Amino acid sequence: MTDIKFVLLNEADNILVCCQAANYGEWVKLPNIELRLGSNIDIGHKVACNNIAKGQNVIRYGVSIGSATVDIIKGSHVHLHNMKSDYIPSHTRQSTVGE
Amino acid sequence: MKGFLRPDGRKGIRNTVVVVYLVECAHHVAKTIVSKIDHDDVQLIGFPGCYPNDYSLQMMEKLCTHPNVGGVVLVSLGCEGFNREKLNQTIVDSGRPVETLVIQKCGGTKTTINLGIEKASTILANIADVERAELLMSDLVIGTICGGSDGTSGISANPAVGVCFDLLLKEDATCIFEETGELIGCEHIMADRAESPELGKALVACVEKAEKYYTKMGYGSFAPGNAEGGLTTQEEKSMGAYAKSGSSDINGIILPGEIPPKKGLFLMDVVPDGEPMFGFPNISDNAEIVEMIASGALMILFTTGRGSVVGSAISPVIKICANPETYKNLSEDMDVNAGSIIEGKTTVNEVGQSIFDCVIDIANGGKSKSEELGHKEFILTYKRFDQTSSSKILEPIGPSCLR
Repeated sequence: MTDIKFVLLNEADNILVCCQAANYGEWVKLPNIELRLGSNIDIGHKVACNNIAKGQNVIRYGVSIGSATVDIIKGSHVHLHNMKSDYIPSHTRQSTVGE
Repeated sequence: MKGFLRPDGRKGIRNTVVVVYLVECAHHVAKTIVSKIDHDDVQLIGFPGCYPNDYSLQMMEKLCTHPNVGGVVLVSLGCEGFNREKLNQTIVDSGRPVETLVIQKCGGTKTTINLGIEKASTILANIADVERAELLMSDLVIGTICGGSDGTSGISANPAVGVCFDLLLKEDATCIFEETGELIGCEHIMADRAESPELGKALVACVEKAEKYYTKMGYGSFAPGNAEGGLTTQEEKSMGAYAKSGSSDINGIILPGEIPPKKGLFLMDVVPDGEPMFGFPNISDNAEIVEMIASGALMILFTTGRGSVVGSAISPVIKICANPETYKNLSEDMDVNAGSIIEGKTTVNEVGQSIFDCVIDIANGGKSKSEELGHKEFILTYKRFDQTSSSKILEPIGPSCLR
């Protein structure tokens, strides 16, 4: 299930995980998935492989890892700016996200 | 494999003398004793606080009687709250050589340093011929921790450690995984692996305790570097961390310093009981490493994505790097490259087998990278637990005649 640069960890997932840095505009092709990157993506980061509506769960490993805080378009970077924990807010050096 | 046989029947893979400061005021003296002797097997550990604390006393008792420890020098200022008499007695009872040096009685800094060098060197010489015995797979107690996780940890290094754990457990070793705060979100999946329904409930309860505690503290177990590495939420980090535990049945919960009561796979409940009292459960990775060592871990499998460089006093730390870019950058600190999984060059099972081979090599006396580099970090702070054993939760309730 591995593209060179992205991996779908579970059939139920709505995100792919980046295994090798990729650039804005690149096409990602996996069985039944085709998307164009909306931004540069670094290793370890996530990209939406479906449209994810605000409030909908973000699924990785086949389980929820939080929920979308805005509508996320397929191909977008999924991170602190558009999803949050359903348990405890995350924090960066500058701010706390998802309170 | 040969191990150092201790009077309690446990076997160590190292034969160290620990020099222990019992309050920050004795730190310099203890540190100087260790640095002047300058021997890999003479190591510094200690507790900085002046107030007494049951948890830290019990931890110190377990650490000073750890199978990798052959002898002990305690360095006390003299007026601190640490119960040095009880600690000394526990070490004597374990059959190990121990010396207590009280700076206020010895005559000051220089005198105590010189005395400490003499005592520690004598102990080191005396334990050199401690009995060696066949080290069986069932003698191994292995802990795992992740530090500096990123988006790759949960798909390379952590599941590879999980594979290694499954291999070790199949051969009757004992394995410990931890950080209930890093299992928030996977408590129900984890409960399905409990050997009994009661244990399943206890697993869920101890993660709920962690969630409550961390929520009160205002931060999850989530560092800025986790986010920079692509992790977004506590539950995402948790799912990745959870993969370290493999797929075997979970056989029990232990508290820090509690020796697993049988063979198998154990979750360590690191979060204190009651309202937050002394701060964050573990202020950094080494505090967790020390807790697993206190519970008998002979070595620690440490997975990292962003790139941790730490080792530990007492037990070797094996570094498994999840991220191929980090591995390239920090290869001098990494024992196993799990980043090759991310590059599609190896499989999780292959790396799991490499970690298993590395465990055997370290048990045979091979040195891990952090050991070679001289890393011997150590942290012990205050904590409070209401019960002395997590296994109490698991005992059937009711009069003993009904059990």
